[in-house]
Amino acid sequence: MNTVVAKLQRQFQDYLVSLYQQGFLDNQFTELRKLQDEGTPDFVAEVVSLFFDDCSKLINSMSRSLERPENVDFKQVDSGVHQLKGSSSSVGARRVKNVCISFKECCDVQNREGCLRCLQQVDYEYKMLKTKLQDLFNLEQQIVQAGGAIPQHFPSYTILRPDIRPCLDA
Amino acid sequence: MMEVCNCIEPQWPADELLMKYQYISDFFIAVAYFSIPLELIYFVKKSAVFPYRWVLVQFGAFIVLCGATHLINLWTFTTNSRTVALVMTTAKVLTAVVSCATALMLVHIIPDLLSVKTRELFLKNKAAELDREMGLIRTQEETGRHVRMLTHEIRSTLDRHTILKTTLVELGRTLALEECALWMPTRTGLELQLSYTLRQQHPVEYTVPIQLPVINQVFGTSRAVKISPNSPVARLRPVSGKYLLGEVVAVRVPLLHLSNFQINDWPELSTKRYALMVLMLPSDSARQWHVHELELVEVVADQVAVALSHAAILEESMRARDLLMEQNVALDIARREAETAIRARNDFLAVMNHEMRTPMHAIIALSSLLQETELTPEQRLMVETVLKSSSLLATLMNDVLDLSRLEDGSLQLELGTFNLHTLFREVLNLIKPIAVVKKLPITLNLAPDLPEFVVGDEKRLMQIILNIVGNAVKFSKQGSISVTALVTKSDNRAPPDFFVVPTGSHFYLRVKVKDLGAGINPQDIPKLFTKFAQTQSLATRSSGGSGLGLAISKRFVNLMEGNIWIESEGVGKGCTAIFDVKLGISNESKQSGIPKVPANPQHVNFAGLKVLVMDENGVSRMVTKGLLVHLGCEVATVSSSEECLRVVSHEHRVVFMDVCTPGVENYQIALRIHEKFTKRHQRPLLVALTGNTDKSTKERCMSFGLDGVLLKPVSLDNMRNVLSDLLEHRVLYEAM
Repeated sequence: MNTVVAKLQRQFQDYLVSLYQQGFLDNQFTELRKLQDEGTPDFVAEVVSLFFDDCSKLINSMSRSLERPENVDFKQVDSGVHQLKGSSSSVGARRVKNVCISFKECCDVQNREGCLRCLQQVDYEYKMLKTKLQDLFNLEQQIVQAGGAIPQHFPSYTILRPDIRPCLDA
Repeated sequence: MMEVCNCIEPQWPADELLMKYQYISDFFIAVAYFSIPLELIYFVKKSAVFPYRWVLVQFGAFIVLCGATHLINLWTFTTNSRTVALVMTTAKVLTAVVSCATALMLVHIIPDLLSVKTRELFLKNKAAELDREMGLIRTQEETGRHVRMLTHEIRSTLDRHTILKTTLVELGRTLALEECALWMPTRTGLELQLSYTLRQQHPVEYTVPIQLPVINQVFGTSRAVKISPNSPVARLRPVSGKYLLGEVVAVRVPLLHLSNFQINDWPELSTKRYALMVLMLPSDSARQWHVHELELVEVVADQVAVALSHAAILEESMRARDLLMEQNVALDIARREAETAIRARNDFLAVMNHEMRTPMHAIIALSSLLQETELTPEQRLMVETVLKSSSLLATLMNDVLDLSRLEDGSLQLELGTFNLHTLFREVLNLIKPIAVVKKLPITLNLAPDLPEFVVGDEKRLMQIILNIVGNAVKFSKQGSISVTALVTKSDNRAPPDFFVVPTGSHFYLRVKVKDLGAGINPQDIPKLFTKFAQTQSLATRSSGGSGLGLAISKRFVNLMEGNIWIESEGVGKGCTAIFDVKLGISNESKQSGIPKVPANPQHVNFAGLKVLVMDENGVSRMVTKGLLVHLGCEVATVSSSEECLRVVSHEHRVVFMDVCTPGVENYQIALRIHEKFTKRHQRPLLVALTGNTDKSTKERCMSFGLDGVLLKPVSLDNMRNVLSDLLEHRVLYEAM
């Protein structure tokens, strides 16, 4: 049983790490996980699902604004992008956030084509992230069902920020 | 009987004709004599000025009496009585008296009258003279008017040809000239070429040599000179049987250059280039050149010179301006190209920055993971090599990326308070293992007056010290290494172009790293700080490094307003690396600033702390709430500023407001909260959560009365530190 739990835990950890390395998540997600404890066991799941709901709503409204080429309400699109960027950076959805950055640029120059492309990409990214996180949560559930604890701490190398490194050449 | 009568018998001859004539003459004389005074009185009354009335009266009396005498004479022609004789006698006597009196008077009067005449003559002469002078002045004024008009005409245009043409035309008109011509010096300066004439439309372009005596004569003086009509410069008109060629005058026109004009002087006539203006009076007119006409010509020549030089200046300045515009355009293009290039490079760097680091970190991470598993010795060796190489590569990448940012000038120091003594010890701890392996003892000497807590860029300072000490270790095979740190006030060993001046709350830290290793050839010292240059003499290829370390260190040192240099006495005699940097002295005695991974466990309890979170974005609101709940706070959330104002109360200790959405409305709420809570201790602390942390955002927050600014997304540790600082100090502007 323990080996099963250990294996599951290892699987979970690797999967999570891979999500970081592939750029789906960043530090903020780690912070989010830190906030989850016995008092709020589903905090991350709640936040994340709220985020996805937000995403789909915003994407729908933005696609409606961008529908007709003659009168595109760029202000509305801009505010939508802003919201999306804020939400994604609060959650740690790195790829979504990056797409939002280029989306904002397209919006600033009022490039409808660019906006449509970015919108498509955002849609794709958030759905992809949703799938991935779904898998992660499934793994979590499996661990809990198997009686194990969800690994909370990670090896420090996953905090991917270039820090002081000794300039030793020898 | 003959009566004796008292009548007097005239002794007449018996000539009756003569008597008659006498009679008539006497009568007329009397009449005349009576009428003269009448006339005199009449005319004197008419005239306003006659000073001699008394004389007139006398004269009048004299004449009247004479007249009376003659009148009475009329009666004496016939037999007259004694009465008539008496009257006659009386009249004669009176006449005699008056005449004598008049004669005496006239002696006095006549000189006066004569002098009146003299004065009259004198005044007449004066009037004539004044008339003459008036004539002269008028002539001068005319001349002046002509000159002004001419000047105005000439100077109203800046085109060279127009100026010259106008000059000739106007001069010809004013002076009624027959012909007027301008000779300009040719490019070679050896000849004068006929450039402009008045009458002839297409002047025959012929030249005269410039060394003619007549030309020299004219060029030698600034006055107009009369020349012979037969001289080569004056032979312009077709000589068609005219008897008397009109007089010719020539004057020089200086051709001034820009360089002749000093700021406060008149242009010096040091130029040797003159043009020649020749003016010819009409033939057969017997007209002469008057002085005022010559003056006119001279003045005009001067004006023409000035006008021409102005035209030349204008031409030059137009040319310069065109040139400048061209250069401007070219520069603009170049600048835009440069900007594009920089942007492209920055984009590239930004992308590569992350793209290169990610795989790098993956390699390092996974290799270190691998290290912790079961490995055979060969595998372990391989893994270690992989680790070493990849960390080297990571260092190299960081160096290159740092350097390009440094060169760009876009690198800014991250200032913070840190413990200097601890820094040195940490560096030494990092180096010690290697030094021990190489059997190089390292000693650290910290000056007693070295401040403990300082303000500066800790990371970069550490990088510099590590680089220097690392080099010392790298390039020494034996000997010891000493690291000295002290405060420097006046400096006597720095390169001469660097002065150290300690200011108020700053000081200069000097670090000396001395080793007894390989040393450096003094000639190579300047090259050390240039990037990519390796001193060949001792480069052990295995030591690696790209030669960037010192270059980067130098740039960091420069950023810290300091200086770095190396002294060595030669190869094999060791070397000393010294650098000075400017650091601030910190007033705080406890550590704050860059939060290290939990170095100070916070014991502050936030349990039950009532806070309010305002954020329009649902997701980030939830995250912030989760953060604060995890820390133990009691969190209320609102999603709009109106709601916030409604809900906020004095029970809330802190209000977190999101100010990410563009616009100033978010900040207004801070002001309204200030208005709502007038007593300071009742007012909750206001913290802004924002996505960018530049100076303007900070300043804006401060100006709206916020107590702190936090960068989103906020990490748990950050929030913890921030809250505790905030509650302690009630103000927080460093947590960025």
